[in-house]
Amino acid sequence: MSVLTVLLVALPLAGCLAVLGVPERVAVWFGVVLTGATLVVAVVVAAVFDYHRSGTVQLSVDGSWIPSIGLRFHLGVDGISLPLVVLTALLCALSAVYLSRPAGAPERPRAFTALLLLTEVGMIGTFVSLDLLLFFVFFEVVLVPMYAIIAGWGGGPGRTAAARQFILYTLLGSGVLLVGLLVIYSQTSTLDMVALAQRAGTGIGHTVQVIAFLLVAGGLAVKVPMWPLHSWLPDAHTEAPTVGSVLLAGVLLKMGTYGMVRIAVPMLPEGARVLAPALGALGVVGIIYAALACLAQRNLKRLIAFSSVGHMGFVLLGIATLTPVGINAALFGNIAHGLITGLLFFLAGGVAQRYGGTDLDRLGGGMLATVPRLGSLLVVAAVASLGLPGLAGFWGEMLAMLSAFRPGGDLNRGLYLTFMVVAGLGAVLTAAYFLVMLRKVAQGTASPRWAGTVIADVTAREWVAWAPLVVLFVAAGLWPGLVLGVTDGAVRGLLGGG
Amino acid sequence: MITTLAAVLVLAPLVAAGLGLTLGRKLPPGGIAVLGTGGSAVLAVIVAAAAAGDSSRVWQSSTQLTPTGTIPVTAGVFVDGLSATVAVMVTLVALAIQVYSIGYMRHNVRYPSFAGLVSLFTAAMLTVVLSADLLVIYVGWEVMGICSYFLIGHNWERPAASAAAVKSFLMTRFGDVGFLFGIFVLGVAAGSFRIPDVLAAVPSMSDGTLLAATLLLTVGVVGKSAQFPLHSWLPDAMEGPSPVSALIHAATMVAAGAYVVARLYPAFLAAPATLDVLAVLAVISMVGAALAALAAEDLKRVLAYSTISQLSVMFAGLAVGGRVPAIGHLLSHAAFKALLFLGAGAVILAVGSNLLADMGGLRRAMPVTFLTMTVGFAALAGIPPTSGFFSKDAVIAAAGHATTGAGWLVLTGLLLTALLTAAYATRAWLLTFFGAPREGVSEASPVLTVPLAALAVPALLLGFGGLWWTELRPEWGSSLLSVVLAGVGATVSYVVWRADPVRDPAVRLGRLRGLFASTFRTDDLYERTVARGVTALAVDVVGVDDQVVGRAVTGAGRGASRLGGLLRLTQNGNPQFYLTGLLAGVLLIAAGVVVLR
Repeated sequence: MSVLTVLLVALPLAGCLAVLGVPERVAVWFGVVLTGATLVVAVVVAAVFDYHRSGTVQLSVDGSWIPSIGLRFHLGVDGISLPLVVLTALLCALSAVYLSRPAGAPERPRAFTALLLLTEVGMIGTFVSLDLLLFFVFFEVVLVPMYAIIAGWGGGPGRTAAARQFILYTLLGSGVLLVGLLVIYSQTSTLDMVALAQRAGTGIGHTVQVIAFLLVAGGLAVKVPMWPLHSWLPDAHTEAPTVGSVLLAGVLLKMGTYGMVRIAVPMLPEGARVLAPALGALGVVGIIYAALACLAQRNLKRLIAFSSVGHMGFVLLGIATLTPVGINAALFGNIAHGLITGLLFFLAGGVAQRYGGTDLDRLGGGMLATVPRLGSLLVVAAVASLGLPGLAGFWGEMLAMLSAFRPGGDLNRGLYLTFMVVAGLGAVLTAAYFLVMLRKVAQGTASPRWAGTVIADVTAREWVAWAPLVVLFVAAGLWPGLVLGVTDGAVRGLLGGG
Repeated sequence: MITTLAAVLVLAPLVAAGLGLTLGRKLPPGGIAVLGTGGSAVLAVIVAAAAAGDSSRVWQSSTQLTPTGTIPVTAGVFVDGLSATVAVMVTLVALAIQVYSIGYMRHNVRYPSFAGLVSLFTAAMLTVVLSADLLVIYVGWEVMGICSYFLIGHNWERPAASAAAVKSFLMTRFGDVGFLFGIFVLGVAAGSFRIPDVLAAVPSMSDGTLLAATLLLTVGVVGKSAQFPLHSWLPDAMEGPSPVSALIHAATMVAAGAYVVARLYPAFLAAPATLDVLAVLAVISMVGAALAALAAEDLKRVLAYSTISQLSVMFAGLAVGGRVPAIGHLLSHAAFKALLFLGAGAVILAVGSNLLADMGGLRRAMPVTFLTMTVGFAALAGIPPTSGFFSKDAVIAAAGHATTGAGWLVLTGLLLTALLTAAYATRAWLLTFFGAPREGVSEASPVLTVPLAALAVPALLLGFGGLWWTELRPEWGSSLLSVVLAGVGATVSYVVWRADPVRDPAVRLGRLRGLFASTFRTDDLYERTVARGVTALAVDVVGVDDQVVGRAVTGAGRGASRLGGLLRLTQNGNPQFYLTGLLAGVLLIAAGVVVLR
């Protein structure tokens, strides 16, 4: 069975190499088949996974790889990584389907598909790695193809600068992260993530833990992105091609919060206790800051990008409470954000393709009248993103606030209550900017600028790429146990029974 | 058995909503909606009959919806006399509205989604009424908010409609955040979010906990029920079609606030300070809104302000310990207010305007609408023997029996409101139906008038059904006083109108009229402080962010071109070298950043 875990990484990797040998015109379809096959493997993994033991690593592979530096090829899934693995495989497959639109094939499709598959290798690899160095390697593998996707297929004149900024910022974060990981290694002489989590920091001195947590969480915070390290994100998103934005928001950001849940919090508990309040504070500042930035935003894509900073603020708040409910909130928030913001970026891409841009003033209003299906999807996705109960966005945010109401251990309760209230106000502001955006774009009457233009509504291929996201965020909203039932057991195990 | 029926009665409109919103253009939308709501109404009546047969019993069910890492969220129903009765009201009023909408919205291209949203709204309200878990109640509570957003913004090409929709959602959501935190306080203190567990744990909770919880819940209730200071979304919500107004004002949304206080009443009784706050807010709202209704120029706005005022009457009842009178008024208000809004819809359809100035003389042209709305206005004014008389009198009597200081305040407010209500109801009635007979206007079609007639029956007779409960039987002193005051209010309106039937009696208010009609300029105040403040802050944030980002981009660009060559060297396939190289690169970047500064 454990061959499945290897397949999750090996399939897209093999595809990435093989696609270079196929003709350009079938390259995109090749990508659809391979990402589809990977998704099937991910679903099979989810099917054979034993949910009663979600806290135990399953389907694991553990072999020596490079003994001289102690690198082991150790992969496996548990309740924390499984939902993210399925999400990644799904978003990659939907991205490939989206690329296969008759009108939407990218230039140099072979190269693009190879990069897409390589990104998938890195992303899934990050989530299934159980060795610190292997985790880091996969973490880094994502950077280069994503850089190339933004720089090579970006939409605007600023794409090169944005891509550079993206890779520099995240490389800087990675470097800090690597130093942090090496500090852990130097104190424990092991890179085995399962063992390290079980040790829960024994053998690492208090000061060292604080320093290591600062390095690990600080490095990951760039990826999240945590305010004020977010400034690479809006530019990267604005310039990236649609599929790049979808994967960036849908999966890449989660690698940061996943790392915090998987490495920083369980392996360095004392460091976490010291620095969690700072993490929470920056998280809630990010919620308010992002909401205000969105309120005055003039560009749809940039608005969605900033909204990610706010949503990740809720995820950070959940993690910062160091409670099972907070971590569950973070993991649920990850999945919900991946589904909802993934769809929002797809829609922004659809809008850009039809209207030649995403500037709100240029778009004008009346999308519900001109392209009713696209407009309705935008309304539904925006409403989901503002955290409406009954849709997936709600549970992550609500549970994050609930966890802040009663933070873990000896954390300052008054401080966390303040965080909770600020986050609550942020939720109101979040609703405000989404509704203001809908009022500008979806409602109202169409701008005379588009009077003579025929604008097509959602196509069949787009439905195939987008509908699964809607179905899933409605399902997870009505039945949050779909995700929380998987994560809860693992989270309790991670925090020592909570 | 009862619990299963109750669960199905919540789910029936939800299924209808799902079908209507996805397949509404393929299936007959009105049929699905009426079937879903009608089925739900039948079940509600069965459940209520069973609950009435054994009034001391409670039926509940519970299954885990999701683990959370702490207190789990459960799905399940909580049926007792209160929830069963309110469920009957909700489903019957919603059914009348759905039937009416088939006629009213017949030529509207957006009718399929409209019918689906009304079904969803009904399902959400029923969730609030029947769910046993506070967090699931919160789900229904907020889904109502989004449904009202969509329905108020039904005519979304009109800027006024989309603005009103956004305003209603944001104002209520502000309150909802407080409501959610109140649920946290109660749930965490009780170790469960289930209502029976929470109520059982109330005696063991500290005063501070109860005060915090109930005050936070009150924030949400004030927002949802449009009480001062979160009242101003409701008059603007008149941008929605009339059936929507009837739904929001009578059966759902605003009623949810009063219902939740009644549901969690033991917690509120244990926090007397909260009840005092509620009393003060209710008195301000009931008098202020009644004055606004007296001055408003738009028939639907008169009714909207009357909703705020009448909701305050319910909260006043709750604040002085009168739970049964408050719920009695909730039920009678639902009947007569739905009737008034649907009647107003028929009038507006006939004359093509919302303004009272464009109406008048419709008495003979629209006899059914006239008669039924007369019942509605009489009930609003509290004229015997209508339902409004009995229920309002019960609240006044409860205030009279209250021994606290708040009791006197509430009693004074209620009596003043009784006078004002009769005055504005009479004014609206006269301006709509009397005066020179109107030519060229005809009665609405039966699909509109049948629901009117159906609602007129409970609006007229529900009070007699209430005689079953001792708390709802009228008392001589208070009823005499309130009827006299109502008579005075109505007479003043009539006399002023009689002197010059062409002119609006409100003109006599002079310069006060503008002040009243703008609810004492509260909206201006919010616009100038909150709305502008947030907007200015947002612009500042974007300015700062662009500057910082701008500088970072130039710095990063220069750094990257220098480091690009180095990074290329690392791509030789050896992982060990790759890692070392990365570390070195990072150090170089760090150094570069320092130097570039």
